[in-house]
Amino acid sequence: MKIGVCLKQVPATDTRIRVNADATAILTDDVKFEINPYDEYALEEALQLKAAGKATEVITFTLGGADADPRIRDGLARGADRAVRIDDPALAGSDALGVARALAAALKAEGVGLVLAGRQAVDGDGSAVPAMIAELLGCAQVSWVDKLTIEGESFTAQRAAGGGVREVVTGSLPAVVTTDKGLNTPRYATLPGIMKAKAKPIAVKKLADLALDASSVGAGAALVSFSNMGQPAARPAGRILKGDSASVVAELVSLLHNEAKVI
Amino acid sequence: MGNGILVYCEFENGSPRKTAYELLQKAVALGAGPVSALVIGGGDTSTLGANGATRVFQVDAPQVASYSTGAYVKALAAGIAASGAATVLAAASSPARDAFPRLSARIGAGFGVEVTDLRNEGGKIVGRRPVYAGKALVDVNILSAVGLFTVRPNSFPVAAASGGSAAVVAVDAGLTDADVDVKVIDRVAPANKAIDLTEADRIVSGGRSLKTKEQFDEVLRPLAAAIGATVGASRAAVDAGLAGHGEQVGQTGKVVNPSLYIAFGISGAIQHLAGMRTSRVIVAVNKDADAPIFQYATYGIVGDLFEIAPLLTAELRKHS
Repeated sequence: MKIGVCLKQVPATDTRIRVNADATAILTDDVKFEINPYDEYALEEALQLKAAGKATEVITFTLGGADADPRIRDGLARGADRAVRIDDPALAGSDALGVARALAAALKAEGVGLVLAGRQAVDGDGSAVPAMIAELLGCAQVSWVDKLTIEGESFTAQRAAGGGVREVVTGSLPAVVTTDKGLNTPRYATLPGIMKAKAKPIAVKKLADLALDASSVGAGAALVSFSNMGQPAARPAGRILKGDSASVVAELVSLLHNEAKVI
Repeated sequence: MGNGILVYCEFENGSPRKTAYELLQKAVALGAGPVSALVIGGGDTSTLGANGATRVFQVDAPQVASYSTGAYVKALAAGIAASGAATVLAAASSPARDAFPRLSARIGAGFGVEVTDLRNEGGKIVGRRPVYAGKALVDVNILSAVGLFTVRPNSFPVAAASGGSAAVVAVDAGLTDADVDVKVIDRVAPANKAIDLTEADRIVSGGRSLKTKEQFDEVLRPLAAAIGATVGASRAAVDAGLAGHGEQVGQTGKVVNPSLYIAFGISGAIQHLAGMRTSRVIVAVNKDADAPIFQYATYGIVGDLFEIAPLLTAELRKHS
């Protein structure tokens, strides 16, 4: 079985965000990019499944330009066998569904049996693309998995279902699984891994290579658009309470009760 | 083109969750046509009308007794079609966050994810949502005939119900056992069930300066219990094993929206602030007077958390 890992580059999580002049996106000129942290769990799980003999090949899938190649190389250096990057001008302005259509077409063309993707990308925080891929591939999906077992044609997964409840679910492959913190500890690339990655292929695909019609992606096919991007208003200056411990605690509780009215 | 707003109302132990009332009341306030409720499974629907629904569309079948993506997406699609609504709102709970993107792809409806505000622009509902973990906000404009929005819990106030009743319309989604694609084979509820961080109205959170799991538990959990708060933690605390990964607040953890957030020994790294900056009141206790969290705190105490926390626990118990 081939495992497909969806890999996205995102601004490093300590980036200070600045908005562009059109208020439609952030400025990326001096932003440092990294692999989406949740995708690192997806890649690590794929590599561990391959090491356990559950998969024959780990392929990463990325949508974007050559500027994503350093992150794709990082994935290859950690152990992915090869990479597919979908890059076509017609993809410009795609919404989540357009992105999902391109990725689903590429995953299908490779005959992937298990798709692993981070639970969300920490840029747009949309967490929509993996479930859309599952719908387009007509297969099962499981979200926010922190324990995964593959046995033959079936999978068993655990996840936090909200309110502290843990669920164990089972289903049949093929499937799309999104990965959460706690699933594993992602490895770093080693020096030999980095050397080996230089010889691994990154296949760049156009929409025509994926038999995908340009009218099904891009701004023209989008179901949503984004505008008016701005930064949240600064919080009003707070108050530092002064005095000995007992008096500041008494003052705090009084403020929470009488001024903020939250207690 | 559809008309009106449909609110997917989730139930817990047979009654609507608070988020159902929050969204029904917001839907009425948006003034974009009739407001209806969508209920999947059984439960007492009698309070939905008083909170603003004029009709309740209900899909009930054995296949939706517990959540599965396949059966719920099919049920949601049938309910939306039956209602003829132009806009669908749902609280951003675990099931909705799982089902709605798939639903969006299935019915070709634009989807705004985890919005924190909604407005009516000439009859069109526009969502506003945080991106980059709240470091920026952006409008989501729907370009399709039907628009879907998941809404972060506690985004809108909930007032007392103001009367009214709703007719219940049963919807047959044509569910079969084959629709239950992923089966839940085990469900473990925690011994003391706390409200999920993402829905909690009060949160008590700790950082790595609590040093050990034992101290984290001894210092923070009784304080949280005193005010019915859910416990959270910084990434550093989680990575050091002081708290579970499900308790992490921040960009790579939970994004929270409580009325009260009390942070102990949390310096306020940008990734953490991103997860809790929309809290209405932030209290910070930290021995470092220069910690960035004090720039965000409504009330700050510069001091030793091991001294402050027990005093605060005792003082808060007097108020609960």
